[in-house]
Amino acid sequence: MSTPDRSAELLVIAERVVAMAKPGEQVEAYVSRGLSTEVRVYEGEVEHFVSAQSEGIGIRVIKDGRTGTSYCGTLDPSQIAEVLAEARDNLGYGEPDEWSGLAEPDGVAVVPQSLWDDNLENTSTARKIELAKLLEKLTLAGDSRVRVDDSNYSDAFGEAAVATTTGIRVAGRENGCYLSVGTLADDGDETQTGFGFAVGRNVDELDLERAAREAVDRATRLLGATKPESRRITVVLDPFVTAQFLGIIGGTLNGESVVKGRSLFANRIGDVVAHPLLTLVDDPTNPLAYTATDIDGEGLAARRNALIQDGVLQKFVQSSYSARRMGVAPTGNGLRGGYGGSPSAGCLALQIVPGLRSQAEIVAGIDDGILIQQVQGLHSGVNAVSGDFSTGAAGLLIKNGTVGAPVREFTIASTLQKMLLDIAEVGGDLEWLPMSATGVSLVIHDVTMSGA
Amino acid sequence: MIDNDILERVLAEGLRTGADFAEVFASDWRGTGVGLDDGKIEQLSTGRNRGAGIRVIAGDTTGFAHTADLSEAGLMAAARVAAEAARQGGGGTKVIALTTQPSRIVSPIKIDPSTIGKAAKVDLLRRVDDAARSAGGAISQVSAGYSDGRTRIVIANSDGLVAHDERVRTLLRVSAVANGDAGMQTGFDSLGHTMGFELFDKVQVEDVARAAAGRALTKLKARPAPSGSLPVVIKAGSGGVLFHEACGHGLEADLVAKGASVYKGKVGELVASPLVTLVDDGTMTHEWGAIAIDDEGHPSQYNVLIENGILTDYMWDYLRARNEGRPQSGNGRRQSYKDLPMVRMTNTYVLNGEENPEDIIKDTPNGVYVAHLGGGSVNTATGDFVFGMTEAYLIENGEITEPLREGNLIGNGPQVLRDIDRLGNDFAMGNPGTCGKDGQGVPVGDGQPTLRVKSMTIGGTAS
Repeated sequence: MSTPDRSAELLVIAERVVAMAKPGEQVEAYVSRGLSTEVRVYEGEVEHFVSAQSEGIGIRVIKDGRTGTSYCGTLDPSQIAEVLAEARDNLGYGEPDEWSGLAEPDGVAVVPQSLWDDNLENTSTARKIELAKLLEKLTLAGDSRVRVDDSNYSDAFGEAAVATTTGIRVAGRENGCYLSVGTLADDGDETQTGFGFAVGRNVDELDLERAAREAVDRATRLLGATKPESRRITVVLDPFVTAQFLGIIGGTLNGESVVKGRSLFANRIGDVVAHPLLTLVDDPTNPLAYTATDIDGEGLAARRNALIQDGVLQKFVQSSYSARRMGVAPTGNGLRGGYGGSPSAGCLALQIVPGLRSQAEIVAGIDDGILIQQVQGLHSGVNAVSGDFSTGAAGLLIKNGTVGAPVREFTIASTLQKMLLDIAEVGGDLEWLPMSATGVSLVIHDVTMSGA
Repeated sequence: MIDNDILERVLAEGLRTGADFAEVFASDWRGTGVGLDDGKIEQLSTGRNRGAGIRVIAGDTTGFAHTADLSEAGLMAAARVAAEAARQGGGGTKVIALTTQPSRIVSPIKIDPSTIGKAAKVDLLRRVDDAARSAGGAISQVSAGYSDGRTRIVIANSDGLVAHDERVRTLLRVSAVANGDAGMQTGFDSLGHTMGFELFDKVQVEDVARAAAGRALTKLKARPAPSGSLPVVIKAGSGGVLFHEACGHGLEADLVAKGASVYKGKVGELVASPLVTLVDDGTMTHEWGAIAIDDEGHPSQYNVLIENGILTDYMWDYLRARNEGRPQSGNGRRQSYKDLPMVRMTNTYVLNGEENPEDIIKDTPNGVYVAHLGGGSVNTATGDFVFGMTEAYLIENGEITEPLREGNLIGNGPQVLRDIDRLGNDFAMGNPGTCGKDGQGVPVGDGQPTLRVKSMTIGGTAS
């Protein structure tokens, strides 16, 4: 059975708002609706089952360079009229900005993506519960030292539409499902934790065995970990950690930070900012990316943008505002955090061009190093403006080409600028993770490890 | 917002499939936000979100559904979904008679921010921009945000409880960039209270702006933080997040029940230095984490968690308290009507010690003085936690000397609690915080007097 695409209804609502624009006004309406299900299983029973529905509209009005916005969590027509009136009133308090304005169609063709799967719509509740129970069982069977904290199935569908007085008219929908399991491994008095996950457009794409295996490995491999001595060392970031690191790097390659004087890399286009081994692209048109999409939050076609090519800085990601202000072409990177937020520039799907060797081959060539398997506190220890980088970490020491003793309760620190230049190898073990960046093993020299 | 007779019918619908507990949590939030950046008021935004979440518990299974439709039909539909999700066979009807709880006021509001003109809110940010930029010629950028929100809440459950609450919070955030020979540095400060617009009669926004700008300027001269273990002195009102992470989360009964806390089974034991008495206090008037009732309708409380180093109790919500056959502690909280309640902290703080804070610094030959902290996080099962230092200095020969660049500190909760060897008499609350757990954020406060940890690992780059 195929479910009809109802996102066109949302576009009608958005267009109705846009049609109410007064002379001299630019108006944008963003309308969204979604439904999600979450099942949590604990000790073979359903702990909770959540069915969540949401909808809302956000309206932006710009006149004489002044911007006002308003939003509400309902699509009730009487409320929508009030939201438009509020946005209009609010713009009177904004200050004129000559670069203010909505996105305008720029002729870049949309690369269609298949973001919807009817099979997920037709999956029974019983099957969803069964999957979460099965994942718990598979995980527990993996190792007798392992307990399961919770095993979760969740799925979501969302549809959205954007219309503007500048001629943007787009609507679309997507769905997907996600399984995750949290683990605890005990050995005497000591406990360590892990997690595993699987993602897909439908439940048949979910790899439960792998999720269970990773959840067991992550929790058990740190048992017996000690605190290492402080020193400078070569680090190998696991693909999952690299993806988090790339997310931070992506945050610094942002046109809005440049125009507002907060970017480490302002005025550096064409300069060598990283080791020549590094080529970093933002490409939401790659269907393998978890965050693949066809249009950005402002309604422009999503597109491939090379940010760093062979170590040389090529471009920044832009919202329509920052592109206009920098005098460059839009990059289709307007990000939107739901109906309540205004779009801002951000990376959509970062990908690092992989090297050739596996993690095992890379490790075999390292005499003294550390394999970083998890990081903690990136949000508190990294400053994207100054470039200071310091994060809690756990992993395995590397001695004479083999991984050995587990270590924890230490930090690794450097600066973002230095780390990019200190990249020593990019692994060939590309992983598509449920994040806005891909993972690959990444070797970085001369990082400070602080422990005992 | 919703009449009692409708609530009664909705709760009865929730119990139809044989559940033993049903609850309606309805809220109506309205708020205003103003953003200033790059010298301009970028935009003023107003919003409204309202709806109801319906929770149905049958045995160990919870069903939950929410709706933005507060009509009886909308609520009944959500109740049916929640009841179906928690179905336990059985079935039947139960009559519910609701008794409205007398309303309770913990943080009286003098000036509802929604009665203040938008121009006055814009003006606050203009003053912030001016003050931060006049703090020093090196200040190159300022961004600031003002926000206020007013939430009306109704909670009703099948045990007969109906409780109403109204919450008003007002927040100002300032972030400054300073530009020097060695690159850019940032400084941040914020002011937030469970209070109306009278907040700005008590505190001058210029002071908040100058504090943020001062942090950025100080760090222009900063040297890289040390790498390795050293004594750490934490200034009063800046290190409450240490306790939030080092042990607060580990004392949440839901994590304890699943054996995901290093503090499981430790009630009655010495878990911290005898200097430490730790409290979670939802009744602390006007603080950011203050609530009159929690999000399950239970009155907020003053709960002693650790007394003179001995663990006295965990924090509890309805479900975990019911499972253990004991009273709730007023710690059942949720981000919005779209979320299930969980055990959460409110205002978590360490009571005063007896020492003069200057003596603590004087008696520390070498170490780090942390004057302002960023966020943190913890793994409750291992106790390992980190937090970021956003203003810190070296201590050399008992004196505060050079400023340090940013970095994380890392420690193990139980170890750090035991290693607190000095405690000051200068208690202060810290900045307003948002605590994240399982994807939900709730407002929390924290505080402590100046204190010293014998040894912590500092994640800098200087040897």
